[in-house]
Amino acid sequence: MALLEISDLCASASGKEILRGVDLTVNSAEIHAIMGPNGSGKSTLAQVLVGHPAYVVTRGSVVYDGQDLLDMEPEVRAQAGVFLAFQYPVEIPGVTNAYFLRAAYNEIRKSKGLEEVDPMDFLDLLEEKLKLVEWGPEIMQRAVNAGFSGGEKKRNEILQMAVLEPRLAILDETDSGLDIDALRIVADGVNALKRPENATIIVTHYQRLLNYIVPDFVHVLSAGRIVRSGGKELALELEAKGYEWLTGGAEAA
Amino acid sequence: MIDEYRRTFAAFAANGGGRGPEWLATLRRNGMDRFAAIGFPTTHDEEWRFTPVSSIARVPFTLAPQPTMELSAAEVEPFRFGHDEWPTLVFVNGRYSARLSYRSVLPPGVQLRPLSEVLESEPTSLEGTLGHSGSLDGTSFTALNAAFLQDGAVLSVASGVELPSPMHFVFVATRDAQGVMVHPRNVVQVGDGARVNFIESYLSLDNESSYLTNAVTEVRVGSGAWVEHVRVQRESEAASHIGWTEVHQARDSHYRSFTLALGGRLSRLNLHARSNASNTETLLYGLYLTRNEQLADTHTAIFHDHPNCRSWEVYKGILTDRSRAVFNGKVFVKPEAQKTDAKQTNRNLLLSEGAKVNTKPQLEIFADDVKCTHGATVGRLDETAHFYLQSRGIPRVAARKLLTYAFAAEVVNEVTVAPVREALGRLVWARLAEGT
Ligand SMILES: Nc1ncnc2c1ncn2[C@@H]1O[C@H](COP(=O)(O)OP(=O)(O)O)[C@@H](O)[C@H]1O
Ligand SMILES: [Mg+2]
Repeated sequence: MALLEISDLCASASGKEILRGVDLTVNSAEIHAIMGPNGSGKSTLAQVLVGHPAYVVTRGSVVYDGQDLLDMEPEVRAQAGVFLAFQYPVEIPGVTNAYFLRAAYNEIRKSKGLEEVDPMDFLDLLEEKLKLVEWGPEIMQRAVNAGFSGGEKKRNEILQMAVLEPRLAILDETDSGLDIDALRIVADGVNALKRPENATIIVTHYQRLLNYIVPDFVHVLSAGRIVRSGGKELALELEAKGYEWLTGGAEAA
Repeated sequence: MIDEYRRTFAAFAANGGGRGPEWLATLRRNGMDRFAAIGFPTTHDEEWRFTPVSSIARVPFTLAPQPTMELSAAEVEPFRFGHDEWPTLVFVNGRYSARLSYRSVLPPGVQLRPLSEVLESEPTSLEGTLGHSGSLDGTSFTALNAAFLQDGAVLSVASGVELPSPMHFVFVATRDAQGVMVHPRNVVQVGDGARVNFIESYLSLDNESSYLTNAVTEVRVGSGAWVEHVRVQRESEAASHIGWTEVHQARDSHYRSFTLALGGRLSRLNLHARSNASNTETLLYGLYLTRNEQLADTHTAIFHDHPNCRSWEVYKGILTDRSRAVFNGKVFVKPEAQKTDAKQTNRNLLLSEGAKVNTKPQLEIFADDVKCTHGATVGRLDETAHFYLQSRGIPRVAARKLLTYAFAAEVVNEVTVAPVREALGRLVWARLAEGT
């Protein structure tokens, strides 16, 4: 059974139709890349999968691990293992990274009927995860993303992903705005978290990240539809030729 | 109504309130006369425009019968802060309770005593302070406080002394305080270069009784001294609380305060800080939480009369149900107060449709080489942040509470003493957990 099965998904925001029939199947252990020009609906697809209230699903279905994903509250999706590394992570002044991450971690444990971990034990667990993103413990005492640079915010998303260990990780433009070192840290993080039972969807409009995280499938989204799917070589082709030949300039309007 | 207070005053003067030195009798009489002349404020007074005190003016309050209800130490225990050995003066319905208080061995140069005791044993020592409060006794409520002043905390710290722990003044209203008024008067004198932390708490053992607390606190900060003042108002939610804090700072001194308003059907705090020389620092932080039909009013005033002084003010409010808040922040900068650096912020979070805030910064600047800014916001919970937390597995309601707490934490975290800060954090958290 597929881990994620998206069928004929249509979604709109503020009365505007954005997704126009997306079909996508993701199995465990697979890495999928979703590419496409700006405005093609990549972030919308990611946001719909995690239940962002700004988007209304008008048609279609999403089955995740045998369950109707669209029927689940956002927190329940997270507890079930769906994680989105946001294109624009949110600043939360007044909540420390440590508190936030432990709260999230414990909610997910609670949902599985496991004991909550206390702050001390959580620190131990964190130590190893911090290494993955090459950070010291100081970062945990800072407010969530508050005053973080663009690169730090992206790294923080990867840290959260490392701690929460999702089954389905969706990375929305996690590579944009990163220098080469940060890009490597992000890629190493993603690769280190790879498990046979998990899957990853990488949303990007450059193929740069795909040099570090090699996808099994590449899909091109244009005007709210997947217009082409292929193997990793499709990404290279897109890099060389641009999107025009596939999209016909649909997003230019 | 005024006649009722005159009669209460006459009775007060005839027994307990009649004793004491002549200057005190004069102070009280002047207070009564002043109050009789001006009465309670109305919403026609600019200072009380959004804060009707008709609920106070309607029923004449009486002085608490003496002796008041006996309390056990266990009943007061939950309201202590920090460690057991922190010196604590407890006042029950306005009167000092030696039995409930804890005055440990204090460092040399530190005196912590109830006002009633000081007036009795050293009748002249406070004449210079209380007897010359001047403007302090000019408003309706401060005049009423002067008329009935009898007890409160008196803390004096000699030059150069550093207090090892905070001092706590606790004012408890008992369950039978219905209809009672108390007029605490606190005096804190901090010598040059001393370092002092103190906490004022106003609380009730129940949440239903309707009484009036009308407190005045005077703080004198010596040159180069450092003072942190925490003020916690958690009266019964049916009570009225009127507070007036007046701070005088000498050269190079640092005064910081954190005020928390949780209780009172009606509460009002005036916090005035004035420096009498240059290079002072004044930090005012505060938080008010209102629910149901509560009204919390904060009026601050910072007087920059001298050059090179800095003031920094952040007040936050969290309102729900049909509650209201009023914030008025005055900053006066005199022509000679060049290089003043003053910043004022008031931020309000509305958690319901029916809640309402009236916020008004009032900067009057007469010097040209200054840096003065202010900002006031009234907003709702950040939905983007809310979704972000949910998307990490934190349920909607918990996420809402966490964000609301985070909004408050920014000011609570300014309290420097960890056990106090943590206790205040728990207090705010507990209140939010109740649904505010
Ligand atoms: N919340 C929203 N409200 C209105 N329009 C939106 C919203 N989110 C996205 N859009 C619009 O939908 C289109 C696709 O946006 P998006 O999914 O962010 O594209 P991509 O991530 O591929 O660049 C754009 O035209 C964008 O302006
Ligand atoms: Mg996008």
